[in-house]
Amino acid sequence: MEILLAVMIGTLYAAGIYMILRRSLVKLIIGIILLGNGANLLIFLLGRIAKGAPPIIPEDSKVFLEAYSDPLPQALILTAIVISFGLQSFAIVLVKRAHKVVKTDDLDEMNATDEYS
Amino acid sequence: MLSAILLGFIFSIFLVFAGKFFKGKLAVLSSLVPLALFLYFLSFLPRVSGGEVIRQNIEWVPSLGLNLNFALDGLSLLFSLLITGIGFLVFAYTAAYLKGHDYLDRFYGYLGMFMGAMLGLVLSDNLLSMFIFWELTSISSFFLIGFNNTSEASRKSAVLALAITGSGGFLLLAGALLLGGVAGTYSITEMVGLSDSIVQSEYYLWIVILIFGAAFTKSAQFPFHFWLPGAMKAPTPVSTYLHSATMVKAGIYLLLRFTPVLGGEEIWNTTLIIVGGITMFYAAVHTLFRTDLKGVLAYSTISVLGILVFLIGLGTQYALTAAAVYIIVHALYKATLFLVTGIIDHEAGTRDVTRLAGLRKVMLPVAIAGFLAALSSAGMPPFVGFVGKDLVYESTLQMGSWSIVLTIIAIATNILVLYAGFVAGIKPFTGKLPEGLSKVHLPSFLMWLPPVILAVLGLVVGIFPALIDGPLVKPVVDAVGMAGSEVHLKLWHGFNLVLGLSALTLAVGFVLYLTVKPSRSKERGIARLDFIAPLTLITDFGNLFKSFSNWWTRIFQNGFLRNYVSTIILFLVVLVGYSLFTKHDGIPIDFSSFSRMTYYEMIIMGIMFLAVLFVVGARSRLTAVVAMGVVGYAICLMFVIYSAPDLAMTQFSIDTLTVILFVLVLSSLPKYLSISDYRMKAIDGILSISFGVLITLIALEVLSQPVNKEVSNFYADNAYVLAKGKNVVNVILVDFRGVDTLMEISVLTIAAIGVFSLLKLRLRRDDRELKD
Amino acid sequence: MKTIILRTASNYMLPLLLVFSVFILLRGHYLPGGGFVGGLIASIAFVLHAFANGLEDTRKLIRFHPGFLMPAGLTVSFLSGISPIIFANKPLMTGLWYPHHLPIVGNLGSALFFDIGVFLVVVGVTLTIIFTISESA
Repeated sequence: MEILLAVMIGTLYAAGIYMILRRSLVKLIIGIILLGNGANLLIFLLGRIAKGAPPIIPEDSKVFLEAYSDPLPQALILTAIVISFGLQSFAIVLVKRAHKVVKTDDLDEMNATDEYS
Repeated sequence: MLSAILLGFIFSIFLVFAGKFFKGKLAVLSSLVPLALFLYFLSFLPRVSGGEVIRQNIEWVPSLGLNLNFALDGLSLLFSLLITGIGFLVFAYTAAYLKGHDYLDRFYGYLGMFMGAMLGLVLSDNLLSMFIFWELTSISSFFLIGFNNTSEASRKSAVLALAITGSGGFLLLAGALLLGGVAGTYSITEMVGLSDSIVQSEYYLWIVILIFGAAFTKSAQFPFHFWLPGAMKAPTPVSTYLHSATMVKAGIYLLLRFTPVLGGEEIWNTTLIIVGGITMFYAAVHTLFRTDLKGVLAYSTISVLGILVFLIGLGTQYALTAAAVYIIVHALYKATLFLVTGIIDHEAGTRDVTRLAGLRKVMLPVAIAGFLAALSSAGMPPFVGFVGKDLVYESTLQMGSWSIVLTIIAIATNILVLYAGFVAGIKPFTGKLPEGLSKVHLPSFLMWLPPVILAVLGLVVGIFPALIDGPLVKPVVDAVGMAGSEVHLKLWHGFNLVLGLSALTLAVGFVLYLTVKPSRSKERGIARLDFIAPLTLITDFGNLFKSFSNWWTRIFQNGFLRNYVSTIILFLVVLVGYSLFTKHDGIPIDFSSFSRMTYYEMIIMGIMFLAVLFVVGARSRLTAVVAMGVVGYAICLMFVIYSAPDLAMTQFSIDTLTVILFVLVLSSLPKYLSISDYRMKAIDGILSISFGVLITLIALEVLSQPVNKEVSNFYADNAYVLAKGKNVVNVILVDFRGVDTLMEISVLTIAAIGVFSLLKLRLRRDDRELKD
Repeated sequence: MKTIILRTASNYMLPLLLVFSVFILLRGHYLPGGGFVGGLIASIAFVLHAFANGLEDTRKLIRFHPGFLMPAGLTVSFLSGISPIIFANKPLMTGLWYPHHLPIVGNLGSALFFDIGVFLVVVGVTLTIIFTISESA
């Protein structure tokens, strides 16, 4: 399964980069989101995955009795997911503003933004 | 000692707030700062001349060897006294010179900053802090040269000076790091003890080259001398203080300071003698062609700096004594001449020596000061200049086979320095007063008293050389590695060769002064040689460099986001891929360690893969957004399967919100464009796919390595014991790494405020514009 | 989208979802959940309400601008973080615990207040973003 996940992560990265390399503004945002998803999954995978062993200590115990999946990457990813939402919304709004001011949706025409204020 | 250094900086910060009170009559009070410091350092004189070194150590960044170590030995004390003593006179002089100037407070601020930096430079015992102060002096010099910031010439000279001294600072940093690496310490005191091993080191040559580079740029040695005449665009107090008496001597200080560490080697001595010799003669000849008083003084200053480098290069005890005396001599008479020039400029409105004459009739005290200083610079007995010149000749005569050549150069230079001194100190005051200058009058005593004090001091020290030899000069000679030296300065040595040479110098110099008159035509004549002058060559090189960097920037910073991204990705793929494939014989994948694939996982993966393809290939925004939502929910399911319930919940909520967000703004977002042609798409596709493959390979590579779970296990084991929580993910977030979480929610807040302000605040301004 | 069914449903859904989000928040220390998830669920509840009844109604319902939840939440989190320094003379972020056991919440401690702060910030951030964007869309 790990191999399939690794390939999936590669696909997400490839798709993300490909979308970022497009000239359309909206595609840029979609690329960033895909890239973020790929990064989250990559961290998750590298922390090793396990089925049916959530990192929650059983009710009647003070420590883990059985194997558990790694809680550290999960904590990292949890905040990353929420932060990426902030990033996405900011990027969307930025694109909206830029679109309104520069009046183009072609990234290549935004290479001389000094003329706009 | 630290507080003494900081006083200058504190004073300049204080002026930021209280500057407006110091512009008027109170301005002269600023001079109390250097006066207090002067008295403070003077109080150390008995202890230092008794051979003591006063130290103060403050640990700053001990792990980097960056400590604030200060040491006050003879060399430091001499410079400290010059900095504060001349500083005091210059501060007082400025109060009258720039009276009523709009930015007088700013000027004092720069001067205070410079004074602090210069004191720090000469007191630092740590090479790194010395470098910092070194740069600070360059920066304050930049501000002061460009003080008349409305004049283009001023600004140009300031940038030129900063470029030259700044690149010297860079060399100093490189040299300091190299030296620190070789010696294993940044303490200069400790380096003296390690001198032998440093000299033996394979990096010795590099260290010497770098230190020389720093010293030669700062002290305006040929071929880097050209910034100093330009620096004379600064107000005269600055020329007096920075570009004659103190800052330009920082390079000399550096060389003296490192004589016991690096000196004594062939390369050290020969280079210094050659560079110093060329500089002193070249600059001295230049004085013949100048008509601007400050130009004459600038070139004669460069010449004297050359003499000092030359003396350090000779390296004998006699030569170093001569250097120490010469620093004092030069500071006394050259500062006087600059101050006198400043008065002339201020009152007569011109510095053109061909138009100045007979001023003694209207400003006698100034004339006396100029006259005394000129005689001292000429080396006339019984002035201190005579003592200095004698020592120079004595040290050149001791140099064995080369003594004749060296002595002739020294004599020629001294003749020309005499000429320069006479032109600046005597010529404007003799002869017939021109009509236009009859209304010139004596300025306030604040201006004429400082040069008189300095000139008289030169005479007094000359008559009683014992005033300086034991207390000041001997500790300097001790500090530069000639411990136990006997220093006795004498005015009268009896009739010998040196006296004869002195007499020759005086006679020839006097004849030269009487026969050669400064004139415009000569100045124009030498200007024709400008095309091979170091200034022109280095400016040309600078322009070349500028156009090269423009070209370079145009290629790499072309404003196309896609090009930046593809460049980064391309290099990443090539470099990482290369090392991945060359360091291993393929990637060992341990299939047995992987978990089994179940059919429902494969279905989820298949859906996700299709969704990603849909996102990439979608022709409309809505399709792309929906497909992206599917990708998100599929990831959410992966989290569910692989025991991450918290992540699954979060991913689900965020995915929902993201889709909602997109749906809300979709109508106002730019159109979904497909502009690129097939060629572009193919190239980008290959690039992204190879990047994806690289990521997959890296992931597999990491998976085949053993994993260290120390940190995770600590959290898991202690979640309940220490933090009374059973959901370890949540315990990490709110307890173990709580500060991180606090930062994260702050970032979220900033993002929200960013969104809010981008949309709301700008819209309001648009509204306003509409109303107008 | 303002259908009667959705509107009626959302009127019941809002309190239910809010209670659920608080429940998720409180149990977070022991079972899946916590401030982040809880906050997101609460925001979804409000967004759903806004979809059904229009943004104005939701705004009236909340009464104050959701942006004010951000500084409030940050303050709560920060105070619970520095409370060990003030009350117990212990380092920053040391957990302080109420000695007795409470239903649902379990042990009451400074970590819970920290999570409440996170909850408030997340609600504030999400609602500010979505409301702002949908207003100017």
